Amino acid sequence: MSCTVRIASPLQSYTAGAARVDGRGDTLAEVLGDLEQRFPGIRFRMIDEQGRIRPHMRLFVNTDEARDLTAAVHGGDTVHVICALSGG
Amino acid sequence: MSTLWLGTRKGLFALRADARRQSWTLAGPQFLGHIIHHVVQDPREPRTVLMAAKTGHLGPTVFRSGDRGRTWREAAQPPAFRPAAVGAEARAVERVFWLTPGHTAEPGLWYAGSSPAGLFRSKDGGERWEPVAGFNDHPMRSKWVLNGTPDGEFLHSILVDPRDPRHLYIGISIGGVFESTDGGGEWTPLNEGVAADFLPDPSVPFGHDPHCVVQHAARPDRLYQQNHCGIYRLDRPGRRWERIGAAMPKKIGDIGFPIVLHPADSDTAWVLPMDGQTVWPRTSVGGKPAVYRTRDAGRSWQRLDRGLPRAHAWFTVLRQAMCADGHARTGLYFGTTGGDVWASTNAGDSWRCLARHLPEIYSVTHAS
Repeated sequence: MSCTVRIASPLQSYTAGAARVDGRGDTLAEVLGDLEQRFPGIRFRMIDEQGRIRPHMRLFVNTDEARDLTAAVHGGDTVHVICALSGG
Repeated sequence: MSTLWLGTRKGLFALRADARRQSWTLAGPQFLGHIIHHVVQDPREPRTVLMAAKTGHLGPTVFRSGDRGRTWREAAQPPAFRPAAVGAEARAVERVFWLTPGHTAEPGLWYAGSSPAGLFRSKDGGERWEPVAGFNDHPMRSKWVLNGTPDGEFLHSILVDPRDPRHLYIGISIGGVFESTDGGGEWTPLNEGVAADFLPDPSVPFGHDPHCVVQHAARPDRLYQQNHCGIYRLDRPGRRWERIGAAMPKKIGDIGFPIVLHPADSDTAWVLPMDGQTVWPRTSVGGKPAVYRTRDAGRSWQRLDRGLPRAHAWFTVLRQAMCADGHARTGLYFGTTGGDVWASTNAGDSWRCLARHLPEIYSVTHAS
């Protein structure tokens, strides 16, 4: 399925500055795998080596927050990559 | 030409000077906003510099430069633990904390230490990293390493014996010093004689808190460490550390983070004591920072504070944030948690400030 992925600013060095890119996949895992193919290194900055979403990252499919990478992605969905951090 | 690489909580800076080391120019920031834990030049190929970095949001990684830090490229495969088997502890690198170039006979080999405590190796100049299973999967690892300290435990002070690339030491805070004689396949604790006042049983063989362990390049059988519980020296093949910090003034104590060795004289070392009393402020003692130098392998210590602030300087100097250069008149440098960089070009006899108001400094390393 084709979707849109919105890229938070800390990750835009991987997407040549693009804030929005196209993605492909039926799950978040597949979408992120697709991103990694085109933007090498981007996945590991979001997802640790055990497949967990890093503590200060949040992934949404449309308006629903995904707790893991099994979340389904449908054609026309928007995946939001959000960075969440507090403090100085 | 001298370069000081400054890894800070908010980016990478450099101080550069000519051969006389009189006039220094601050450059940067590069990677503004990135958390830079360590920046290390490759002595085997001085154009190569590696940097351990992450950001507040993004996972840990390593950047590599092949042109003395002008341009950088991210590692294709950063340090990472192996995916955990079902039911096993699923560890993930939270930060790459330490970088060490490998032996001169092994160009391109690098080691990295992480938090949580993990050891990693690259054979291609830092492009692709693999876990060192001999430590990371050692059946004793979970007992050696005290998991769950609030800021995570760190693997640091990766030392490669200049006589033998298979002879390695590592330090773990909290865990202790460990030695391998087979290139990282097997490890044994090396903590005899070191205090561990914070443990229920201070006489345990591991569980200690070395803050910084160093090996003398010209006399590799001589090790020093600045520990959470004092300053120590060990002359191999001995196995019992001697608390040379016992000769420090009692009102100063022998607690600190860094320890730096003279490049040629194995009897000369410098420390920067901090307040380790009561609730552990970890600031300069009494707000009056001073470097202490020994020239007799720790039998006596000399206070060196000429040029340093006389009062109300409540900073901390972290374990990677002090270094020496290789000049005939040894240059010493340290960076503070308050963002200042201090230098001495006469082996610590006097000091001057090279830069102020930088972000919290995590790492100061010298490059030629």
